[in-house]
Parts: sequence; structure tokens; C-alpha cells
Amino acid sequence: MGFFRQVLVIAAKDLRAELRTKEAINASLAFALVILVLFSFAFDPTEDTTREISGGLLWIVYAFAGALVLNRSFARELPNDCLDGLIAAPISGAALFLGKALANFLLVLAVELVSLPVFGIFYNVRWTSQFWELMLVLVLGTWALTVIGTIFSALTVNIRLREVMLPMLTYPILVPALLGAMQLTTGLVAGRPIGPDTVAWLKMLIGFDVVYTAVSLVLVETVLVG
Amino acid sequence: MREKILYVLGIAALLILAWNVNAIARLPEETQQGVTFKIIFFHVPMWAAAVTAACTALLASVGFLITKNFRFDALAVAVTEVGLAFTTVGLVTGSIWGREIWGIWWTWDARLTSALVCWLLYAGYLMLRNAIEEPTQRATFAAVFSIFAFLDVPIVVFSIKWWRTQHPQPVFWNGGSFPPDWTTHFLWNMVAMLLLGTVMVAVRLRQEEAQREIDSLRRMAHAL
Amino acid sequence: MSAVAVDGVWKFYGDFPALRDVRLEAAAGSCLALIGRNGAGKTTLLRIIAGFSRPGRGQVRIFGNPPRETETRRQIGFIGHGIAVYDELSALENLTLFGRLYGLADPHRSALEWLERTGLERVRNGLVREFSRGMRQRLAVARAFLHRPSVLLLDEPFTALDDRAIAVLQTLLRQALAEGKTVILSTHQLREALELATHVALLNRGQAAFCGPTTPEMVDDPGLIYARYGEG
Repeated sequence: MGFFRQVLVIAAKDLRAELRTKEAINASLAFALVILVLFSFAFDPTEDTTREISGGLLWIVYAFAGALVLNRSFARELPNDCLDGLIAAPISGAALFLGKALANFLLVLAVELVSLPVFGIFYNVRWTSQFWELMLVLVLGTWALTVIGTIFSALTVNIRLREVMLPMLTYPILVPALLGAMQLTTGLVAGRPIGPDTVAWLKMLIGFDVVYTAVSLVLVETVLVG
Repeated sequence: MREKILYVLGIAALLILAWNVNAIARLPEETQQGVTFKIIFFHVPMWAAAVTAACTALLASVGFLITKNFRFDALAVAVTEVGLAFTTVGLVTGSIWGREIWGIWWTWDARLTSALVCWLLYAGYLMLRNAIEEPTQRATFAAVFSIFAFLDVPIVVFSIKWWRTQHPQPVFWNGGSFPPDWTTHFLWNMVAMLLLGTVMVAVRLRQEEAQREIDSLRRMAHAL
Repeated sequence: MSAVAVDGVWKFYGDFPALRDVRLEAAAGSCLALIGRNGAGKTTLLRIIAGFSRPGRGQVRIFGNPPRETETRRQIGFIGHGIAVYDELSALENLTLFGRLYGLADPHRSALEWLERTGLERVRNGLVREFSRGMRQRLAVARAFLHRPSVLLLDEPFTALDDRAIAVLQTLLRQALAEGKTVILSTHQLREALELATHVALLNRGQAAFCGPTTPEMVDDPGLIYARYGEG
């Protein structure tokens, strides 16, 4: 079976299992909404202020809510020793990793796409003027979040204090990607298309995604089998 | 024998530092920032030591993954701990400097922010080690994380610098003029810092190896 | 060439040797019972043979190849302490998944076939989390046999099985051995194992203290091996 078929089989399995219980995605969505509400108490913004903090606010929501999904990624393989079944199967560690990352990516993206209009309504912000560019930033930023979250989920699956360790390790690594995503999002929500002074962020985000996807693919087998 | 060498090196480092502190104190004060400018004599070498530590940690981590030799793992943890110590001192002294010059304990300028993020990365490395009991797994996972962390350092520095050129904040120091005869003191301090760092790493290495031996003896005792 | 060859395998946890210079072989068509006290290293050894972890020294060869090689993985069926099937999926979905992962030509049909052979075809659409203990064990057996592996590695397979599951497993193992497949199983339950086993290996504190064919006196009095080669 070809590499990409393996990736799709793994991704489909994760998605099917998750959609049947909906544990992680419900928790993630609820958490995102709660944070959005709480932030509205933190300050009383005018529409202009909100636009300038939109990138920061949104990506904090996404990073925290996303962690709930990412934590489950390899943790769902722990009951019944299912991870053994996957490692024993004749698929490459890279395919396993990519399949899980793909499933996580779709789940987190779904939460983000639901949160966006909620944000627009709660904070009275029109965010659709640069829609496709915003979607591009969402995709790139979410992939960064997903890649690091998935590989670290594999790293922390068997250790003590997994739920604490995953965010503690993931967020510092993600600082550049989150920073870039926040900068780009703020500009796009405010109606400014990506221009020559902000395109560097886009390039950095793409570079981050490429570098860490490659490194993860190389190291995942070491993490799983040692 | 090794202990004697370590003692000698340690004392040498401290002597150089003491002599240098004395010499630097006598130097004329810099025009713009006064006596606190002299902190640059200690600050920059400390950062240099921290960066050296990060690079060594990377090499040690890759070395462990390739050879599975626990000496590399011991080196990685020792170097990271010492590097973290230097970074902590750097952050604290930087903060104190900022208090003197600007009256504020902290600002999110490029250097401090990057340093803080790198501090978090390497503190995370140590937390990860703490959370894994089994030595081979601990060494392997720590090595993997160390690689991720090291790759992040240049990206962090670049992106935060770029962020701060777009949204400038008070910068904690501006350089100021640096007379050429000060350079010797500066370089001596560099030597002293690196020497001190090396001594601390060596001490930590010995402690790590002793700990490993104790752990394995303990396991053997349990198995009996 | 033997089916499974363990050659000078050491396994270290830190500096502690859990396995010390283990050498044993299993010929094709044989059934090796791996016995030993708790902590002797049976699970560690089986997991190394299956490719879940790497030995610190030495090597394992399955039909001459390392266990982690992709084609070799196709030849291995493993049952460990966990059943390695997903609670949130149905029995059929689980087996179809593994059928796809193992590259079977018709995963759906193979899944149905093995559900029938393990007596689970009536609950094929039931979610595993609703299954009884015995049903879960039988599904684990189906999963391991699904891709018709040439080498079966079973870690204490008879522990906590109900009678029906034991019967199913013994039948399948006998069939597999008759087809020339190789079985290595670790066990505490000597009696059940020795009914099937053609060879026995005793692990003691990480070392292979004994390895040889089963004899009638062993089957009569399984404790004999421990008395002779094991320690208290």
C-alpha cells in the first residue's frame, strides 16, 4: 500500500474514532468559546482596538483550544495498547505521524473555523474583507501548531504529567509561528492585505512549517521505537 | 588527577574574573550610561557562554542518538543546565540594568524577549528529563527535544527581532562607544566565563555519571 | 535458516541488563514455550523479537531479516498484554483497518472471515467497548491472525481468557502449526502451553537458562524444568 494511502487510512481511523465520541472536539470548542467570552470581560474594546488585538486573541484561543485536541492524538492509542498494533503494522513511522497530524489538523481547523464567526459576533468585528488570505494564514499557522503538537504528543504519551508537559514544551517552540500568525491575522482582520512589509511573516511561517515537518518525519521513528 | 585539573581551572577562572572586575572598576565611566554600562563586560560573555552551551547541547544530543553512548547524554544535560544558569543570570542582570537606566524592570525588547523564550525552551528540556524515569528513554526523548529546541533558537531570535523593528520598544542598551583598550578586558572576561562554564560542566558531568551508576546498582539490587 | 533467531541479545535499562546474552532459535513449524518467573525478561524478549524495541547488543533475525523491516513486519502476528483494538470502533471496523494496514487484497472479506473463525460474526458491528472480556480477547486473536503471519508471538496469551477464548486460540494455533507456521509464546500456565509446545526455553534473570525440545516428563511434571534449571 502506497505511502499516501497509509496516511489516509490512519487519518480516517483517527477521525472516525474522534467523531464517534466527540470528546476532544467538544471540549476544544467549548474551551474556545469560554476563552472568547472571558476575554471580553478583560477589557471593553472599541472596534478599532479589537481589530488591533484580533490576531493575538484569536491565536491564543486557537493555541489553547487546539492543545486539547493534540493531547489526545497519541494518548488515544494508549488504552488496550493500540500503539503496539500501529507500530507492529508494516507502515512507516512517517506515515503514522502524517496521518495523525492530518486528522489533528482537520479537527483543530474545524474548531477555528467555528470560532471565527463567533469572534466576529461577540466582538463586533468584520473579518471577512481579506477572506482567502486569512484562510491561508489559518492553514499555515494551524499546520505549525499541529506538527509540533503531534510530534510532542508522541514524545509525551508515556511520561508523567503528560497533560502539563505537552503545552509546556509545545508553546515555547511555537513562539515564532504564533507570532507570525498573530501579526498576519491582525493585519488581515483590520482589512490590510499582505504587503511587502508583512510578507516576511508569511515566508517565516512557511519556513517553520517545512523545517519542523521534515525534522518530525525524520525523528518520529526514534521516538516511537527508540 | 582530573579533580586537580578542575580545581586549577576553576581557581584560574575566578582569579581572572576578580582581577578583571578590579580593572574594569577603575576604567573611566562611559559618557551616556555611566557605571552601569560596564555590565556589558559580563553580559556579553555570559550570552556567549550560553550560546556555546546550546551548540554543544545540540552536538551532544545528535551524538547520543547516533551512538547511544550515555556520555553524550550526560554532556547534553550538564551543558544545558550550565547554559540555563548563565541565561538566568543574564536575564536577571539585564533586568537590573534596565531598572537603573530606564526605571523599569522589564521591557519586551528583542534581546530580552528572545532570551526569555530560549530560557523557556531549555527549562522545558530539564522538565522533560525530570518527567521520564527510565534512563534510555529519558536520554532519547531529551535528545529529540533538544534538536527541536536548537532549531527554534535562530527562528525565535529572527522573528522577535523583526517584530520589534515593526513595533519598537525601549531598547535596554544601545551599544555606546567602546574604546579599543577596553577590548582586552572584554576578551579576558570571555575567557574567564568560558572557563568557568567548562569547569561547571565538568563537575556536573561527574555528578551525572555517579548518579547513573547509583541508579543501575539500585535496579540490580531490586532485581535480586 | 531458522524462522526466529535470537543471537546474543542484551537489553539495558540505563546500565541495568534486563536481558543478558540471550541465544535461542525457533525452527519453522515449531512452537516454543518461553517460561520464567515474573521479571525474568519474557515480555522484554518477546517485544524485542517483535520489533517494538531494539536490543542494546546482539540481533534478532526473522527468516534472516531484522524484525523492523517492512516485509518482515507483515510476517509477524503479535498479541501482547493489551488487545490492541480500538474501543470506539466496531469489531469489523477494527479488523478492516488492520487488514488495510497490512495491505490485504480484500480487507473487508478477510475481516469477515476471521470474525467467523473466532465466533464474533454476530457482533461484528458492535463497538468493542461493549464487548465482554472473552470477546475482546477473541478479537485480539483475530487481529493477530488476520494477515496470516508466518510467525506468531504471544505474550501470556492464556492469562485471563475464558474457556471459549482458550479453545478458539488453541484450535487456531494447532492449525497454524500444522501449516508450518512458527509460534513463540510466553506463559505462566505451563500445562496449556506444554500441550502445544514442541520446545521450551527457560529465562532466568535475563538469561536463557535452558532451551530444548519438550520431553514427556516435562509434560507430566512441568515444575521439573524450574527445579532443574531455575532458581528459587
